[in-house]
Amino acid sequence: MEIAGKPGPLTARAAGLVACRRCGRVHPGGAQICQRCGGPISSREIKSLQRVWAWLFAGMILYIPANIYPMLLTSTLVSKRESTIIGGVIDLAHHGSYGVALIVFVASVMIPIGKFIAISYLALSVQWPIRQHSHLRHRLYEVTDFIGRWSMIDVFVVAILSSLVQLDTVATINPGIAAVSFALSVAFTMLSAQSFDSRTIWDSDRPAE
Amino acid sequence: MEPDDPDPLSPLIACPGCDALYRVVDVPDNARARCNRCGAVLITPRPGAFARITALSLAAVVLMVAAVFFPFLALDAAGLHNFASVFDAVRAFSSGLMLPLSVAVAGLIVLIPLARLAAILYTLAPMALGRAPLVHARAAFRLAEALKPWSMAEVFIVGVAVALIKVSGLATVSLGPAFWAFVGLVLVTVLQDNFMCRYSIWKSLENRAP
Repeated sequence: MEIAGKPGPLTARAAGLVACRRCGRVHPGGAQICQRCGGPISSREIKSLQRVWAWLFAGMILYIPANIYPMLLTSTLVSKRESTIIGGVIDLAHHGSYGVALIVFVASVMIPIGKFIAISYLALSVQWPIRQHSHLRHRLYEVTDFIGRWSMIDVFVVAILSSLVQLDTVATINPGIAAVSFALSVAFTMLSAQSFDSRTIWDSDRPAE
Repeated sequence: MEPDDPDPLSPLIACPGCDALYRVVDVPDNARARCNRCGAVLITPRPGAFARITALSLAAVVLMVAAVFFPFLALDAAGLHNFASVFDAVRAFSSGLMLPLSVAVAGLIVLIPLARLAAILYTLAPMALGRAPLVHARAAFRLAEALKPWSMAEVFIVGVAVALIKVSGLATVSLGPAFWAFVGLVLVTVLQDNFMCRYSIWKSLENRAP
C-alpha cells in the first residue's frame, strides 16, 4: 500500500507539461488544443469542482420529487393505483420476486444515494486535500463513474410498461412525474461524475510545483 | 516512436486517470500497458482491430434497425392483445408526460448508439480499407468517445427483464424478434469495445492524416 507523502511518479504537470486526457498526447505548458486529437486540453480542469457541485446539487434536488411522487400510474377494471420507487420495490417483494426487487432497489436507491455520498466525499477530499488513500479514492471514482448509468433501469421499466400495457379498460399503465425527475437526476449525477478531474486526486501525492 | 519525429514530446504518454508520465514502449498485440500508479489501461493493441471494429459496427447498425422496427414485446390479457415495437412506443406517446420520457428513451437506446456507431464507422472504415482518414475524423472520434457513457442499450435490456416480471401477474408477455436483436446488439457492442484501443486509434489518425 501507499505511504502518505511518498513522492509519486513524475506527472505531466510536475514536468511543466499539459496532457490530453483523450489521447494521452503531451504538450508544452500553456497549450490549449491537443495536436493529436484536436480537442481542448488543460493541465487540470479549471472550475472542475464548481461544475461537479452544481450538477450534483441539481441531481440531489431532483431526487426528492423522484421519491415523493408516483413513478407508475396503474389502472385496471377494478382498481387505480399509484406507486413510487420504493412502492414498486415493495410490490415486487410481495410478489415473491426478491431478486428483481433487489436489482431495482440497488439501481434506484442505493446507487443514486451512494453516488451523492461518493462524489461529495471525492470533491471535498480535493478541496481540502487529504494525502491518504489516493488509490482507494481513485477506485471509488472509477466505480462511481462506471455505475451511474445503471440507475436508468427504472426509467426504462416505466417506459416499457407504459407503452406495452395499454389495453383500454382492462389495464393501462402510465408514467408518473417521478419518472421524468428521476431520469434527470440520474443524468445530472452522471454529468457531475464526468466533470470531476480524477487527476486532482493524485496531486497531493507530490507537493504541487 | 518515429526516429525523425520533430517533436520530442511525441514519444511520451500521460495517464488520463492520474497524469503520470511515461515513455511509450512497443506493446505486443493482445497485451496491455497499464498505469503503474492508478491502473488505468493506457495501450492495448489488437491485431486487425480497425477491420474488426468496422465489421462489428456494421453488424450493430443492422441489428439496431431490426431492434427498432420489429415487434419487441407482445402482451395478452383477458382476450386483448397488444404488441409494441420500439418505434411504435416512441411514436404513440408523443403527448403529455410521455413526451419527454419517450424522447429520453429513444435518445438513450436508439439515437445516441446510432450516432456513436456512425461516428466510429466514419473514423475507422477508411483506415480499415487502408486509406487516409476522412476530414473531421478526429472530431468524429471525439464525439464517439463523448457519447459512450450515454449509450445505454445494455441497461435497457435489464429494464426489459424487470418490466417482464412486473407485468407477469397482469398479463402474458412474449418476447418478439426485436428483443433478441437487442441482445445481439449488446454482445456486439461489448466485443467492439474489447477491440478498441484509444491510443492506437488516435496515433493512427495522426500518422495517416493526409
